[in-house]
Amino acid sequence: MTGLGGLIVRDVQLAFRQGGAAFLAVMFFLLTVTLFPLGVGPELTILARISTGVLFVAALFASMLSLDRLFQADYEDGSLELLVLSPLPLPLVVLAKCTAHWLSTGVPLIIAAPVLALLMNMDEPGYPVLMLSMLLATPCLSLIGAIGAGLTVGIRRGGVLLPLLVLPLFIPVLIFAVGAVEAAINGLGPRPHLLVLAALLMGALALCPVASAAALRLAME
Amino acid sequence: MSFAGHNLDCIRGDRLVFSGLDFAAEPGHALILEGPNGSGKSSLLRVAAGLLRQAAGTLTWNGENVGGDPDAHRARLHYVGHLDAVKPVFTVAENVRFWAGLRGQDDLDAAAGNALETFGISHLADIPGRMLSAGQKRRANLARIVAAPAPLWLLDEPTNSLDVATTAVVRDLIIKHCEEGGVVMMATHVPLDIPGEDVLRLKGTQPVAVDLDEAV
Repeated sequence: MTGLGGLIVRDVQLAFRQGGAAFLAVMFFLLTVTLFPLGVGPELTILARISTGVLFVAALFASMLSLDRLFQADYEDGSLELLVLSPLPLPLVVLAKCTAHWLSTGVPLIIAAPVLALLMNMDEPGYPVLMLSMLLATPCLSLIGAIGAGLTVGIRRGGVLLPLLVLPLFIPVLIFAVGAVEAAINGLGPRPHLLVLAALLMGALALCPVASAAALRLAME
Repeated sequence: MSFAGHNLDCIRGDRLVFSGLDFAAEPGHALILEGPNGSGKSSLLRVAAGLLRQAAGTLTWNGENVGGDPDAHRARLHYVGHLDAVKPVFTVAENVRFWAGLRGQDDLDAAAGNALETFGISHLADIPGRMLSAGQKRRANLARIVAAPAPLWLLDEPTNSLDVATTAVVRDLIIKHCEEGGVVMMATHVPLDIPGEDVLRLKGTQPVAVDLDEAV
């Protein structure tokens, strides 16, 4: 494997070999969602009502967990300098790293989501749309998060600053992802919400790697 | 092939590291950067690699401005900095193969095998990076520049933490690279006595307050 493909493979391997990032994200997701029935009480109607929101907010925090390591680990051992100096355009390098981040944390979350939806007593019509909107929303989280990760690379305690920078940017994704599932549960068409979500993903694909690359160049100085 | 800088200024923070600096690195003559700690050797190498933007001045490759095509410049250079970029969970061979692959090398196994052989670390090929000593890490880092050839080498203290025998290997590689028409720019405190070397002495400016607006 050469070039960008090699970079994606490397980052996924790193995520699984050092500490199992995928396992951590899913466990975090699972534990957070499990806390809600304990906190709110086992009232099935209430759980069903809040299930969508809880799932997406928990997924958002879970994918946030590993975002601060997106560039930080490479920054600390000097790999980031070499990635910036590689002949590949830097936005594509960022895109490859986001892809790897999504494969190692986003995809496991998508797979875990329906199981947890069952735990939260989500209404049946919501399941297929839940999968679909998770599929559209999780790459957005990796891409938008890359901007924050680029801006905080090299900053001590950057991991604390990162959520403050990035969480407000996640709001549109959260609104339309939850909106799609709620619409399906209430018997309305989820299509408009999903289309907006897809548009957000397209926008993030085009803009975020460039913004993140600019932030990384600054961090090199 | 020649690599040159004209009238370069470098400002870091509010400190003028060097100003009005000219250098010319010709093929066949390694350009050695000398100077006390903090005199700007590393900064100059980072400017030459494009990691750090110069406050003023231009870099040229064969007379053409490097800033005009930064992608091509990155494709022609190898930079060895203070950090070794060796991933602790990857084996030595995996580390070298990845960097060679990123630069478009095709036959990765052969390239990496040959590079490890050059630095005498073939026996470490399957050892993960976290088990390596500082010198072994440095060798793995240097192996990457052998695995994917590039004409311009920018080396910042490449012999740090290397033993005498490996320092000689590095010296031989630099001499060979020069003979093949490659360009080498290197900061070092260890006299390597490369035949035909040019020396650039950086004096190091006293810390002076710079009026940034005026300097830029």
